[in-house]
This record gives sequence, C-alpha cells and structure tokens, in this order.
Amino acid sequence: MSFLLGEHMTGGYGAADILHDCSIGVEKGEIAVIVGPNGAGKSTAMKAVFGMLPLRKGRIVFDGSDVTALKPEERVVKGMGFVPQTHNVFTSMTVEENLEMGAFIRTDSISDSISQVYDLFPILKEKRKQPAGELSGGQRQQVAVGRALMTHPKVLMLDEPTAGVSPIVMDELFDRIIEIARLDVAILMVEQNAKQALEIADKGYVLVQGRNRFTDTGEALLANPEVRKAFLGG
Amino acid sequence: MVDVFNALTVLGNFLIIPGLTYGSQLALGALGVTLVYGVLRFSNFAHGETMAFGAMITILVTWGLQAASISIQPLPTALLAIPVGIVVTVVLTLLIDRFVYRYHRDRKANPVIFLIVSIGVMFFMGGLIRFIIGPGDQIFFDGTRFILKAREFKQMTGLDEGLSLRMTQAVTIITAIIIVAAMFWFLNHTRTGKSMRAYSDNENLALLSGINPDRVVMITWILVAALATIAGTLYGLDKSFKPFVYMQLLLPIFASAIVGGVGNPLGAIAGGYVIAFSELILTFAYKKIILYLGPETLELDSLVQILGTDYKIAVSFIILVIVLIIKPTGLFSGKTI
Repeated sequence: MSFLLGEHMTGGYGAADILHDCSIGVEKGEIAVIVGPNGAGKSTAMKAVFGMLPLRKGRIVFDGSDVTALKPEERVVKGMGFVPQTHNVFTSMTVEENLEMGAFIRTDSISDSISQVYDLFPILKEKRKQPAGELSGGQRQQVAVGRALMTHPKVLMLDEPTAGVSPIVMDELFDRIIEIARLDVAILMVEQNAKQALEIADKGYVLVQGRNRFTDTGEALLANPEVRKAFLGG
Repeated sequence: MVDVFNALTVLGNFLIIPGLTYGSQLALGALGVTLVYGVLRFSNFAHGETMAFGAMITILVTWGLQAASISIQPLPTALLAIPVGIVVTVVLTLLIDRFVYRYHRDRKANPVIFLIVSIGVMFFMGGLIRFIIGPGDQIFFDGTRFILKAREFKQMTGLDEGLSLRMTQAVTIITAIIIVAAMFWFLNHTRTGKSMRAYSDNENLALLSGINPDRVVMITWILVAALATIAGTLYGLDKSFKPFVYMQLLLPIFASAIVGGVGNPLGAIAGGYVIAFSELILTFAYKKIILYLGPETLELDSLVQILGTDYKIAVSFIILVIVLIIKPTGLFSGKTI
C-alpha cells in the first residue's frame, strides 16, 4: 500500500466520467509524475486525489487512513499540500504574507518554516516585501510552492509547476523539487514537459483518456520504445 | 491682507470643515460597501439602511441614557450608545446573512442575484426602521454644540468673518481617523485581517490554505455592521436622523467606493473625500470670496455658484458616470481588499 494512493478512481464533473478506473500512488521521499497527451485527465486525476472531483468509484488512502470523504481543506490539515496550476498565489499580498497564509492552519511559530522556504528559494527572501503579483512567472511558482510547504505537508501535489516558465527556470524548479523530496516529502506532479519530468521521477504514470496506460519507473518509461514514440516525440 | 484672511476663513468655514466632515461620513460608508464587495463580491444596496438601522438603535439607547440622566458632557451621549447600536446591528446583519445571503452563497449565485437580494433586504430594513421609529426627523444631539463659535473667532482674530467648529464636526473627523487607522491596522497586521485579504484575493487558494470561509464572511459582516452604525450615527448627529435620507446617501457612498476603486479600502476613503469636496466645490457660493479678493469697486448680483445646491446629488452621479467611462477600476484599481 502506497503512502498516498488513489485507487480505481472513476468520476467526472458532470454526467460523463473523465477518469476510468485510474490508480495513482506515491511513496514518501519519492517523486511520482503523471504525464500524457492533452485531455488525458492528468490534472483531473490529481484533483481527484486531492478531493476536488466527485468520485463515483474508488477511494483515496493517505498515510494509512481512508480520506475519500474529506474535503480538500480537511486534507490540507491531514498533511496534503496542493499547488494549483494557475491562480496559485495571492497576487495583492506580499511574498511573506503569502507564506504566512500558507501556514494559516498552524498555531505554532512559523518563522523557522519561513526561513526554510527562504533557504530553498533565496530569491524570495530578497523579494519578501513585494506583492506576489509583481513577480516573474518562475518566481511566482516558487512562492506557490513555498506557500504549500508552509504546513510541512507529508505529500506535495504540483499541477504543472513549470507551465509557462523558461527551460532554465524549469531545470531550477526541478532541482528544488528533488531537494524537497529529499526531506522525505512525497511528491506527486502533473507535467507537460514529459521527458524532463520523467528524468527526475521515481515513478511515472502515463494516462490516456482517463485510464492508466503505462506505469513504471521514470527510467523504464523513458527507455520504453512505445512510450517514447507515442508520448515523448521519439 | 486682512481680506485674504477673511476669504480663507470663509473657505474654511463653509467648504473645508464641512467637506472634511461629509467626506469622513462618506468614507466610512464607502469602506463598508467596499468590504462587502471585496469579500462577498456583490454591491450591497442595503448598506444605507444598515447605517440607518445602526443609527436608530443608537438613538433609542441615547434616549434611554438621557432619560436616566447619564451623559458624557461635553461629548454627545450618542457616543456612549454606539456600542449597543453596533451589537444590535451586528446581530441583525448576521441573521440576515444566515437566512438570506447564505442560501445564495451555497448555490454560488451570480453577483447580480446578490445585488437584487440586497435591494430586497434594503426594503425590508427600511420598513423595519420606519415601523420602529417612524419616518420623521429625530434629533438626538446633546452635549456642547460648538467647540469654537464664530463670534469668539471674530473676537480672537479681529476678522470680519467667523470660523466655527461644531462638536459634531470634530467628533466625526476624529472618529473617522481612528476607525480608518484601526481598520488598516487590522487588515494589514492581524492574522484574521490578512486572512480576509487572502480570501478576497483568491477564494480557492484561501480555502486550500485552510482559511475558513464562514469565519471570513462572519467577520466581514461584523466589521460592516460596525462601520455602518458608526457612519450612520455620525451622519445623524451632524445633520439629523431621517430614515429616507440614508437611502439617498447610497448614491454618493457608491460613487465614493467606485471612484476609489471598489474593493480597495484606501480607495474608498480617498473616494469619500473626492465626492464630498466635489459636491461642495461645485455648489459653493463664491460671491464673498470674490468680493474679498477682487477689486474694491467690484459688485456682484449673483452668488457665483457653479451649480445650485439642488444639484448636489447630481454631482456624485456625474462623477460616477465619468469614472465608469474613463477608468472603471477607479483611482486605486480595486477588486481585492
């Protein structure tokens, strides 16, 4: 049983199902990546794991307990962190206030966590008094990840963290994500840049039309000729 | 030189002091409107009546205190009654939210529906107010009327023109400064205040951060009810309390909020003074000023007004239209608190 596991997930927003018997799991300290063509239900699968999609079938197990019935905000309290793809920072608030809001559920002192985030993303320390809306795309993503880290989540879920950033910034973000995983955090992310993402992944899920198509280690998926041909451009 | 001082005194007495007073009242009103817009995302047409309701409760308590000969001379007794007014208004507002707005919030209703619902609430509250206190004028001011009398000012300075400062004007301006400062401190430096700003900025992310939306909504209504009660009471003290007047105040209040950038508290305050001074500057009779500053031989038949005072209300309407055409986001680009 994985640390976080979405099992046999079936469901959608309306009458039609988007996910069909889809299963996704991740272990502590591991990076799991969901890849696949556009409209494969990658983000939907992740939202389902986080409780943002009503499921008709299947269940979500996290840290040994069934969380299927919990609302997203209740899962945050349990130790799940989520970084949405867009609108993932409070644009009118400063970087530091963003981090403070990330730690809203905590009642203990948060200054250690803030300096931890600043260690991870030094640029944020420089810009801590600036409204997050004034930052560049890559810096905003750092604020978004930093905000989610403030609760010390046991699992961090990232929905396309590198969407719209330059290749250099992308590499840097991936490096940071590896660092976070080393802190024994389970990382589940959806990525458009499949090749680069699978390179850092311990586990990869290739989804097609809401179904599991291939599941293997990142390395094995990269080496699989079928996957290469269909999803990685040769 | 004396003429210049006389002219300045006329300006101070009839334009600047009344403008600051009226501007403070509008600013407090607009702050309430802007909070509702920023957090609950609709234009609250019932805000004028909320002000009237808060003022009414304050008046009833003031009468009780007066009957019991409790006073805080030289300040008006109403100041002592305001806390009770706030509490009762908070209770009513929360009840209305529980039984009216929450239903639509749970359904994620369109802001237009909220707006129309708030018009319904406006009529309900208006009816309630007239049912309890009647439609007539109520005067509840007591305490010392003037801090500085025009006659004393003339004796002090030897000028022909007098400058007077009424107690209600001083109380209004000082209270507004204190309330606004407290409000900004709350929004920028407390956890709860920041959570309100976060919720207003990005509702979904606030939810993901574990901010409880019900709590944010409740605190917003408490603040709005308190602001409305204070604004309504100050206005009633300064002019007089007349239920229908508060409905008419809605236009300049909304104009203030929109001019400043609706959803932006700083904008609401700036907007309040912009609207107040625009109204006064455009309807001010400049005759005396010109006579003092112009050549000795000058004679004027008219009052030299740009607009008659009857058109006062039109001024905020015109400003509102101009802002909506030229810069709909307002001076301070609103939307979030």
